[in-house]
Amino acid sequence: MARTYSTRRKILTTAAAWGVALLIFFPVLWMILTSFKTEASAVASPPQLFSADWTFENYAEVWSRSDYPRFFWNSVVISIGSTLLGLAIAIPAAWSMAFVPGKRTKDLLMWMLSTKMMPAVGVLIPMYLLFQRLGLFDTKIGLVLALMLMNLPIIVWMLYTYFKEIPGEILEAARMDGASLWNEIVHVLTPMALPGIASTLLLNVILAWNEAFWTITLTTTKAAPLSAFIASFSAPQGLFYAKLSAASTMAIAPILILGWFSQKQLVRGLTFGAVK
Amino acid sequence: MKMTHRALLGASVAVCLSGAAMAETTITVATVNNGDMVRMQGLMDDFYAKHPDIKVEWVTLEENVLRQNVTADISTNGGQYDVITIGTYEVPIWGKQGWLESLNDLPAEYDVDDLLPAIRGGLTVDGNLYASPFYGESSFVNYRKDLAEKAGVTIPDAPTWDDIKKAAAAMTDKDAGIYGICLRGKAGWGENMAFLTSMANSYGARWFDENWNPQFDSPEWKAVLTDYVDLLTNYGPPGASNNGYNENLTLSLQGKCGIRMDATVSAGALTDPKQSEFADKVGFALAPDMGLGKRANWLWAWSLAIPASSDAKDAAKTFIDWATNKDYLALVASKEGWGNVPPGTRKSLYENPEYAKLPFAKMTLDSINAADPTNPTVKPVPYVGVQFAAIPEFAGLATTVGEIFSAALAGQKTVDDALAEAQAAAVDEMTSAGYIK
Repeated sequence: MARTYSTRRKILTTAAAWGVALLIFFPVLWMILTSFKTEASAVASPPQLFSADWTFENYAEVWSRSDYPRFFWNSVVISIGSTLLGLAIAIPAAWSMAFVPGKRTKDLLMWMLSTKMMPAVGVLIPMYLLFQRLGLFDTKIGLVLALMLMNLPIIVWMLYTYFKEIPGEILEAARMDGASLWNEIVHVLTPMALPGIASTLLLNVILAWNEAFWTITLTTTKAAPLSAFIASFSAPQGLFYAKLSAASTMAIAPILILGWFSQKQLVRGLTFGAVK
Repeated sequence: MKMTHRALLGASVAVCLSGAAMAETTITVATVNNGDMVRMQGLMDDFYAKHPDIKVEWVTLEENVLRQNVTADISTNGGQYDVITIGTYEVPIWGKQGWLESLNDLPAEYDVDDLLPAIRGGLTVDGNLYASPFYGESSFVNYRKDLAEKAGVTIPDAPTWDDIKKAAAAMTDKDAGIYGICLRGKAGWGENMAFLTSMANSYGARWFDENWNPQFDSPEWKAVLTDYVDLLTNYGPPGASNNGYNENLTLSLQGKCGIRMDATVSAGALTDPKQSEFADKVGFALAPDMGLGKRANWLWAWSLAIPASSDAKDAAKTFIDWATNKDYLALVASKEGWGNVPPGTRKSLYENPEYAKLPFAKMTLDSINAADPTNPTVKPVPYVGVQFAAIPEFAGLATTVGEIFSAALAGQKTVDDALAEAQAAAVDEMTSAGYIK
């Protein structure tokens, strides 16, 4: 029997949810509002939420000073490319770990996760040298590989968790009906785990889009994505907060829109099996 | 038929030759995001008109990220950059390690003797110029003349620390949101330690003695840190230990600082009525002294250099010559006015009567001339650098010491404890680096 809630409780929980959502979103909102202020109003004290002198000048200047479409295209290629390549490797890996686990599967999963525990700067020079020697420096393919490897443990872990929710008997039945391994993964497992795969894909696109250490370190001009675009407007000596906010808004806008339209899929995937 | 072949061959050769004549060299310039550098990018039409065979690609990064990327590239001989924007701290270290191309052979029109001696000295190693200054800066005092007048104090053009302390006390009105003094408190070798090391020079303190022994246990350092903490605690803004260049500049533009001591490069913003309603009330003075012959001002220059690994050194030199010679200063003046010309690099700029009219021109020059990177403090030191010691270990060590001193300012530890910790950290670092046994 479904539990019933009083109207008062519903109002309270809704208000609390809005409050928490606003708290989380406030820095982004502040950034967007700052991007329409003059540099003087951006640093006004006390801070003004809404400025009297709204302007689009920051956007115009950021656009004229940088080749935004090139940075944007690089971000699209790198984030989608690294995620698709990661999925292609992680789906079979997670399948084997979930349905035919060996003695060391748990250790392997832990080891994969442990690679995420090291600070990235610890391998800066080896990565730098590898990229130079292999001719991958400042190339999109190089960044696709780097980000794919960086996010692979997360992709495998997420998929492993989703696959574990699928009863092995269904796959077994398909196998008894004569399905090959390929058919089993593509036609049986994948459709059943689609919400999980979709949310993994979306989350990793977002992670790759926002990655700033390697994308700034391993690029100069040709493959630099939007993270490098933002970094070019940051300055410890100079009051350029409004322009920096405009650049940041332009960089996050595409991923924010993607997240907005796919939020249903994202939430469904992230809560997949959570109540089992 | 033969004629046709010959004609085709001739045409092919002509196309190939014209292609070779039009061959374009692309250079990658790594730079920081500041007003002068952005302005240069906007004036590139002039460069392309003069050098149509060179294409420039820009990599603009925040200075700490730039430093990390360029260091990784140079130390691994990567060759990703042809021109790098480099600070006065790195030039002597990288020059000595053979990481930079010498700029001794720039054309005669470059006029190397026109460079300000203090700036040139900081960019020269063993007689070789390794970087060409794009803009130079020192630090000075800026203050609100109206507040000083109201408080009945005067700040001389060349004040002492006593003058500053008295004026800061008199100008403070915390109820009205006016703080007598704003100084850098944020931890970092380029933030609070740039200021504190300069202040220490004027107090006769030094980082190391002639044998590289750290000196934080000296009475001079105790006087420096005690006065610094007292000044900011009594007359500084709340949360001073979090304030760096940008935060204090913001407070000054809003008229909330009676006195501020920071980079001369901020003079343009402070006197710009579009940025500050107190623009016509700003006074300037040299950094203070203690009567010991050294003032508390630093010396810094953002300069352009060529990594030894660049494969387009000639084109890079052509670019550096264009961006840092006298003609470039005249170009900026003609397009954007004298107030926007990159300051602090050339004698001829300060001899120009138009530039001399600017309210901060003379004070900037005097401040730069008052700094001597080869003889920065009262007692002899084994290092080069005014607000830093040009050794590779300095940035890491000074950041550690900066965190300790910032904690002292925040009241988390006493001055004595902070100095003892700084001394222990410095002895440890200098021992493990092999400077002392």
